[in-house]
Amino acid sequence: MILGNLSYRYKVPMMLSATILLTGIVVSIALTWRTFADLRADLFRNAVEVGSVLSNTLPAALKHDDLWLAYQIIGAAKVDGESESERLLIVLDDEYRVYVSNRPDLFPVMSELRTQGEQLAKVEREVKRRPTLTPYSLELPDSDHIFTVIPMIDDGIAIGTLLIGYPRSLFLPRFLGIVRRVAYSSLIVLAVLLPIGWYLGNRAVKPLSQLAHCLGRVGSAPLEAVDCQLEEGRDEIGQLGVSFRQMLLELREKEQLEQEMVASERLAAIGRLAAGVAHEINNPLGGMLNAINTYRRHGVPDELAGRTLSLIERGLNQIGDTVSALLVEARSESHRLTPQDIDDVYMLLQPDVQRRSIRLGWENCLDTTVGLPSTQVRQVLINLALNAVQATTDRGDVSCRVETSGRLLRIAVANSGDEIGPEQMQRLFEPFTHFNEEGSGLGLWVTYQIVKQLDGRIDVARREGRTVFSVDLPLRTAA
Amino acid sequence: MTRPRAAWYRALFRLLLAAMLLSLSQAQAGGEGKGFKVGLTAVFLDNQTSFIRQWEKYLARRLGEPFEFVQRQSYREITQMLAKGQLDAAWICGFPYVRYRPRIRLLAVPLYHGEPLYQSYLIVPASDHVTRDIEDLRGRVFAYSDPDSNSGFLVPQVELLRRGIEPARFFGKTFFTWSHRDVVVAVADGVAQGGAVDGYVWDTLSQTHPQLTNRTRVVARSRRYGFPPFAASATLDQRRFERLQQVLLGMSDDAEGRRLLQKLNLDGFTSGDDSLFDGIREEVALFERGKR
Repeated sequence: MILGNLSYRYKVPMMLSATILLTGIVVSIALTWRTFADLRADLFRNAVEVGSVLSNTLPAALKHDDLWLAYQIIGAAKVDGESESERLLIVLDDEYRVYVSNRPDLFPVMSELRTQGEQLAKVEREVKRRPTLTPYSLELPDSDHIFTVIPMIDDGIAIGTLLIGYPRSLFLPRFLGIVRRVAYSSLIVLAVLLPIGWYLGNRAVKPLSQLAHCLGRVGSAPLEAVDCQLEEGRDEIGQLGVSFRQMLLELREKEQLEQEMVASERLAAIGRLAAGVAHEINNPLGGMLNAINTYRRHGVPDELAGRTLSLIERGLNQIGDTVSALLVEARSESHRLTPQDIDDVYMLLQPDVQRRSIRLGWENCLDTTVGLPSTQVRQVLINLALNAVQATTDRGDVSCRVETSGRLLRIAVANSGDEIGPEQMQRLFEPFTHFNEEGSGLGLWVTYQIVKQLDGRIDVARREGRTVFSVDLPLRTAA
Repeated sequence: MTRPRAAWYRALFRLLLAAMLLSLSQAQAGGEGKGFKVGLTAVFLDNQTSFIRQWEKYLARRLGEPFEFVQRQSYREITQMLAKGQLDAAWICGFPYVRYRPRIRLLAVPLYHGEPLYQSYLIVPASDHVTRDIEDLRGRVFAYSDPDSNSGFLVPQVELLRRGIEPARFFGKTFFTWSHRDVVVAVADGVAQGGAVDGYVWDTLSQTHPQLTNRTRVVARSRRYGFPPFAASATLDQRRFERLQQVLLGMSDDAEGRRLLQKLNLDGFTSGDDSLFDGIREEVALFERGKR
């Protein structure tokens, strides 16, 4: 269960290591087993070889009952080396009695195998049971020797049997030697493979853990801060990276959309509120102004009352101006927008621009009359351009561009002034948002209201060190 | 002109003289120095080829003519070659010597511990602490050296015959090793549980190869018999017989000869007397009677 919670950064290398280890063990066992089998086969072959050499001379010695010759023959088969010294050579006569052996102390001449213990009694029974003319290997489970039985043939008849026995204990040191050699070479291979496996495992898991880390940050950190260097590719993790990036992109779009919706809803609410308040104020305001007019026309005010009345009238007029500024209403009576309308704005800007030595870029791509009310569009352009001039520093850059693109009129106004702070950005189009002491704080509000009334959209962005306001207004058909 | 002519005659005379002398010496070698061929048997440690070569060289030098030792597998081959006159002499056992008289005659008898006598030993493996007598070996495996050997065959056979035992049925199995040394090996290794061996050979082996003889135990020593003698073919002429005898008897008189004798573990040679082998004659008589 602990393993289940472990990071893949450790799990995958561990699994790779385990696979390598398991492979190493399996290969080692297979090699050992194979070598061991070879060893046995070698011993049997060796025994048969010795037997076939002896079978050239031993049968004659048996036939002539020359015991000393037989002893010398099997003595001559002795080869230097520890394994050979432990080799048993027993010649049995045709009655399966020991004719001679290379260990007369253990197997005396004329003795019977069955007197040498239970194991050899079994060997004797087995040899008697299987008279043969071809050599075979005799391996009894509880015997401490492995015997090869080789008939001594004279003219097609077995006149005796040669038993060549190798002690099982002989296998153990050889077997251990093999195991040791295999183990050493396996260890060397593992020493090389394990770090490689660890490295590869780590490498494979790295994008995964990076992705996990990134995913973990989504939700806990702002989306803008979630920036992942993910490998993209066609493998699964690469695809995951691509999908993740796509998801992040969509999340950001959605978030932006939500923010925009919240902002526009808030602006709409403010608009409704402002319109309601303006309407409610305008009626009594009109009444009050009428009353003042009536009083002036028919009454005889003294000097103090006259001064007071004009003070009230000015105050009421200011309220009226403010309210009407808040209440942006589309006036339908304006004419269609012409290229000249745009150039007029250029002329209007000149005093401010020259005073502050601002470089004004002006691109009017409009070459014909378009289906938009000129007053509102001019109002928008003037507001944005004046704002831009105010926002930029002395000797700064301001550029305006008006063009048609398909069924849209596009206005883009850029300035090289400071970036708009996030606080201000949130309330950018609300009324009474001040960027400086001079303005009324209603310019962008009015602009926004006009754009909305014309079914257009307005965006602000920071591009290449410039703040860019762009307005898209759908063109109306000629009707 | 006279001086060169005289010189030419002198040179011719010298040449003729040299040719005459050369042919004379060759004639002498052809008549006298045809060389000796002497057989050897396993009555001593005959597997020491380098020693035998040294002995050959020594004898050739002392005799002043080629000398060659001849070895064969069994006593019988050598004895028969000797009897047929194919060999001038041979070192054989007392048993065939007695049998082949008078076709062969006594040439020299080795002196062992100062006497021309030796014994037969009955040996068993050192691990056998029980056997005290040949009769304890009933039914066992017994190693003889050679059927023509006195110490390695005749003595134990006659010993059993003396006790009224039929030798052919007494042991479980018997075999010949064809040399005394191998009897010791067979008993030491345990192939045989008993063996009859030339006492001189066993004693010599106990000095040179104690690790071999230590694995055997001497159970019984026989009475003393005439040492295996050098016998000459009856056809060997008297003069060559005497020269060969002289050289053998004289071996103890020079350093090289003594060194060789020391290797043989012998003191020297004596001309000996045929009566030395009367003991063996008795044995043979008993043996022949037992066979009938």
